[in-house]
Amino acid sequence: MKLMWISLVGVLLLAASATGASKGGSVDLVAYSTPKDAYGKIISAFQKTGAGNGTSFNQSYGASGDQARAVAAGQPADLVALSLDPDVDTLVRKGLVPKNWAANSHRGIVSDSVVVFVVRDGNPKHIKGWGDLVKPGIQVITPNPFTSGGARWNVMAGYGAQRRAGKTDKQAVAYLYKLFKHVPVQPDSARAALQIFAQGKGDVLLTYENEAIYAEQKGVHTEYKTPKATLLIETPVALTKSGLKKPAAKAFYKYLWSTTAQKAFAAQGYRPVVKAAAKGRKFYAPPGLFTISSTKLGLNGWAKVNQRFFHPQNGIMAKIERSIAH
Amino acid sequence: MPTSAAVLERPPDAVLSRAGGALAKGVATGYLTIVVLLPLAALVWSARGGGLGSFWHQATLPESLAALKLTLVLAALCALVNAVAGTAIAWVLVRDRFPGKGIVDAVIDLPFALPTIVAGLTLLALYGPGGPFGIDVAFTRLGVLFALLFVTLPFVVRAVQPVLLELDTEMEEAAASLGAGALGVFRRIVFPNLLPAILSGVALAFARAVGEFGAVVLISGNIPFRTEVSSVYIFGQLQSGNEQGAAAVSVLLLAISLGVLLGIGAFRRWRTRHDSV
Repeated sequence: MKLMWISLVGVLLLAASATGASKGGSVDLVAYSTPKDAYGKIISAFQKTGAGNGTSFNQSYGASGDQARAVAAGQPADLVALSLDPDVDTLVRKGLVPKNWAANSHRGIVSDSVVVFVVRDGNPKHIKGWGDLVKPGIQVITPNPFTSGGARWNVMAGYGAQRRAGKTDKQAVAYLYKLFKHVPVQPDSARAALQIFAQGKGDVLLTYENEAIYAEQKGVHTEYKTPKATLLIETPVALTKSGLKKPAAKAFYKYLWSTTAQKAFAAQGYRPVVKAAAKGRKFYAPPGLFTISSTKLGLNGWAKVNQRFFHPQNGIMAKIERSIAH
Repeated sequence: MPTSAAVLERPPDAVLSRAGGALAKGVATGYLTIVVLLPLAALVWSARGGGLGSFWHQATLPESLAALKLTLVLAALCALVNAVAGTAIAWVLVRDRFPGKGIVDAVIDLPFALPTIVAGLTLLALYGPGGPFGIDVAFTRLGVLFALLFVTLPFVVRAVQPVLLELDTEMEEAAASLGAGALGVFRRIVFPNLLPAILSGVALAFARAVGEFGAVVLISGNIPFRTEVSSVYIFGQLQSGNEQGAAAVSVLLLAISLGVLLGIGAFRRWRTRHDSV
């Protein structure tokens, strides 16, 4: 009997010490896969700060759209880091993320990138601008915009660049038709596209600057060119309603815009959104940079763009895919 | 197989046997319901979304039909090649003696153990642009067929092997002594005995090839109307938020596959009955 009491007290003590150790609680981070290394670094740096001391993290990484669907279906998440706004909007519609999620000084954007051209070493085909992609014999690799949300950045960069050069909407759409005649394969994701390009297929790969930098870091024999007119890629982070109730999650969210965290993103090839973190890194600022919300270029944000260009049945891209078959 | 004989032995008590039978039936029904029927029913349920008209429209869009046709033709080709090559491999493994046979026998199952996305990546490195043999079938229909053959290799081999092991060679010897040539012996004696097993393997290989995603997604290049198979098309619909369309195409694909599998099963039963007469 006595023994039982002792063990019971022991269990209670253990339980108490366990809660003591995780006084910061645990935070569920659900993110898309590319910035995984950056988040790993940011989390261990955060845990060394006063605010993050004792906070534990459950991290989940996967394709952005899949992650959004998983959270919508009930996967616990305090913080979501996704590759494009519509994936966050999925969660807003489900009532899991508050409508005003983008209401901080950085509009909820944690890092930037731009659409670039990755070419073979020495740029043997002299590819510099969007016009060079549709020259005879040039093969362009870009992921299928229906399987890869990220490929939509590439398509809209091409369209927007034409508009930026003064072309009409009709001419810019015609450019997309022409461009996709030069696309011999459409891998399912940006990473698969990089793999296929590294295998030797194609003359130019349309991708994000951070992927191009990643390729260079991995020793793939390529270089990248940033076209004069290109699209600014903005990657959002949002606190969910459950995250808003956790001080640790809120502290971590804030920490993502600290110089340390922003430097971790920069080390992975992302453009930091805090000036101080960009020090010592050269990111070419193209004169014709535009965003997906540009009304002047007729883009008007992802909701409009997705409806017009990427509707799976009657979007412009669906029609382009049908046309290239014949 | 001595173990299965032991399992099949009837318990002496008929009441117990009946109770055991009922229990087995209950477990089988419950298990099938949870593992197979409910998910399939849920799939059909989610496809019904916009009514029958919308279902049919989504499932028969030109790009969806093209993917469906390609998938079924490739799966059929894959099953056919497997029928021939799988039987030949099983024959060699059972009837021939050669050093390293145990290793070759073990290698047959490896395509199952390898994550299919790795299989796709490996095939791309070997038979893609810049591959070491100068063979480039990547991003063509032939490349997709190759990937399917890789992941379906074990089915026919493993179905035929045990039957071939059990097959009495005395029958073949008798036929040979009566003057039948090697081809005649195979055609009249061996083949009819193996056919049911070959057909089981073919059905499995076909079904697997219809649904394969991982091995195909890299090497196909996903060009709509040319190399995009149904599984990748369905994935694209899902990623584009068109869940109902994805379910519609899946249901149509499953219905056709069910028809093919029932056909193969009926043919097998007909052949077996035909044989015993």
